[in-house]
Amino acid sequence: MKIPIAYNLRNLAVRKTSTLMTAIGIGLTVAVLVSALALVNGLRTAFQNTGNPLQILALQKGSRSELGSFVSREKFDQLSSLEGIARDHSSNVLASLEMVQVINLPSVDSPKGMNVTVRGLSPSGVEMRSVRLISGRWFQTGQREVVVGKGVAKRYPRARLGQHLRFGKGDWEVVGIMDGGQSAVNSELWGDLNQISSDYNRQGNLSSVLVRAADATAVPTLIGAINDDLQLGMSAMPEAEYYTKQTSAGAPIEFAGIFIAVIMAVGSSFAAMNTMYAAVARRSKEIGTLRVLGFSRGSILLSFLIEGLLLSLLGGAMGCLLVLPLNNVTTGVGNFVTFSEIAFNFRVGLATMSIGMLFAALVGSAGGLFPAWSAARKSILEALRES
Amino acid sequence: MREYFFMVVKNSLRSRRRTTLTIASIAISLCLLTLLLAVYRALFLAPEQTSGQALRVVTHHKVSLTQDLPLSYERKIEQIPGVKAVTSLRWFGGVYKDASDPRNQFARFAIEPSEFFKVYPEVELPEQQALAFQEQKTACIASRALAARLGWTLGEQIVLVGDTTPITLELSLVGIFDEPGNTSVLYFNRAYLEDSLPPGDPRRGAAQQYYVETQSKDDVPRVASAIDALFENSPAPTMTESEHAFMLSFMSFLGNVKLFLMAISCAVTFTILLVSANTISMSTRERFREVGILKTLGFSRAEILMIIVGESAVIGLAGGALGCMSATLLCTAIARAAGHGSNFLQILKSLAVTPAMASLTLVVAVAIATVSAFVPALSAARTSIVESLGHTG
Repeated sequence: MKIPIAYNLRNLAVRKTSTLMTAIGIGLTVAVLVSALALVNGLRTAFQNTGNPLQILALQKGSRSELGSFVSREKFDQLSSLEGIARDHSSNVLASLEMVQVINLPSVDSPKGMNVTVRGLSPSGVEMRSVRLISGRWFQTGQREVVVGKGVAKRYPRARLGQHLRFGKGDWEVVGIMDGGQSAVNSELWGDLNQISSDYNRQGNLSSVLVRAADATAVPTLIGAINDDLQLGMSAMPEAEYYTKQTSAGAPIEFAGIFIAVIMAVGSSFAAMNTMYAAVARRSKEIGTLRVLGFSRGSILLSFLIEGLLLSLLGGAMGCLLVLPLNNVTTGVGNFVTFSEIAFNFRVGLATMSIGMLFAALVGSAGGLFPAWSAARKSILEALRES
Repeated sequence: MREYFFMVVKNSLRSRRRTTLTIASIAISLCLLTLLLAVYRALFLAPEQTSGQALRVVTHHKVSLTQDLPLSYERKIEQIPGVKAVTSLRWFGGVYKDASDPRNQFARFAIEPSEFFKVYPEVELPEQQALAFQEQKTACIASRALAARLGWTLGEQIVLVGDTTPITLELSLVGIFDEPGNTSVLYFNRAYLEDSLPPGDPRRGAAQQYYVETQSKDDVPRVASAIDALFENSPAPTMTESEHAFMLSFMSFLGNVKLFLMAISCAVTFTILLVSANTISMSTRERFREVGILKTLGFSRAEILMIIVGESAVIGLAGGALGCMSATLLCTAIARAAGHGSNFLQILKSLAVTPAMASLTLVVAVAIATVSAFVPALSAARTSIVESLGHTG
């Protein structure tokens, strides 16, 4: 026979203060965990949404990032003549030679300045990515003009529409703001390839090549062809893979968040244990009565376990509610692959909240098990006699 | 007074399980709080510097370490009044033996053997080894920590295969040095790197960092701003800062660390407050009837208040002490682990629980326990004798 859950709910409601205090303790623990997870989740979304599955990024052999890679125009021409590259409607190959630089801009969070990626590309490079202009216009070739990602526009007061930025050999005007969905493009500044490379004296010495394969089967073939061409001296990987690897930028924060949450969880499970032991002690007579009425030891154990669980789930729900306002708040972390900041939104999703609730349930069962066990073990007479 | 203390201790031992759980819970939270304080101190409060560090500044590209500065800057920086010596460093990205083994990853820099030791007096290298390092172009020196880790002895042949630079360096170990930081690092002659780079390579004639030694401590801020002003409008603007600030800039790269530490500390403190308030009010409620008996025996309200609050303070103190001790152990372990790393985590090497921090934690523990006991204790002390004697737990 099962003791109805309403019994547990009413008991929790009677001891309002102690229930609330224990639940808030668990809630704060869950909040710490969920916010760390939401941050990493947002970062992951930004990187995973970057990169077209048909596109391949080629770098100088041995370099792990666009920043440390040097590619000459001759190599680009050589690479563009490989088989299996898609063509646009006017039958030009879809390949883009690009140059990546990092500049330093003061941001909202750090007035000392954070690093931002500047990408020089040709019109075909813009065409190969799914970006849309949300205000202003595209940069013109041969002009010192840049279009900034929406994350950059938000976080860097000096990179708003119409402003001028000083880098390379002169002033650059911000002429547009682009939206790359949730991709890493939002954290970049784009400008004309020739203008940027000449500003950095790197006309013949660019960073990377992005190519689109004709179809899905051509992707591995093309990657193989680039990697095996010793004369080319380049290595290729799917564009998406390059970005997914950068998710590791969030690893230190993820580690710290989980570490702190676990320590806090041990503390709050002790607190839950205290509360539940007090509940068991106070209801000793009730337990005896329940046993007299024919409820088994097992159902008493279960009932107290459920009560502990309900208590912690209440806490978990409070923790999730506490973190909910963080959803879609833009923040940024540095990325040691690109040596620049990536802006992204916190994402408190169903999955993160479920992990938070699961974590709360774990704390509750750890805290509820021993008290429930001691309640179930009481003999009827002993229980009835206790005051 | 003594009998009060006796009662307080006896009372706290009455429900051993509850007391243990409360102490454990407070101890864990306070351990975390102390750890966060220690991290905050290591990052944001200037740690003690060696006399060499106090005189030194680092100049690097304003944008990032990965960008090169022309070697010509060295002579220009030397001209600035207050500068005693300048030396350049260049990171060499490459592979030693099997790159997948993390033991084979260590910092390696191309340096100028003649200038380097002037700016870095704390690097202790036997004179004969220093001489060999200056004379032989393919010579290199390693820190004692690195040599011990990889089992190197003098005369070891070390081959570094460049990753983005298509060159291979064949170095021979001529010296093993001691330095207070105990880091894993290898230095070799920059002339060897310059000569190995193909002509026209953009990495020729470039450095990544300049370490600048000033005449006196008072010159440091002036020299730093003079260097940055000198190159402000050049294609490679610089950023000059102290060694500590330089390491910290890596940390700030991880996001808003300060805010993160503050927010978590607040959450932790608030959680302890809840835990202890909850326990104390539970134990006080249980004791309502007893309070009535104490009152009939002639105990005053103030005395009863003191006994209950005292019990809570004792529990808080015990939790605080335990928390402090475990935080000290954790800090020592983290500091030791960070010292072996070769990256920005080095900054956590100075992680420690200072006496001031420990006393702060204890004060917080006692204060929180006292505050949380006060409300239930007051209501217990105020209850009339008849009411409390009639109370049924």
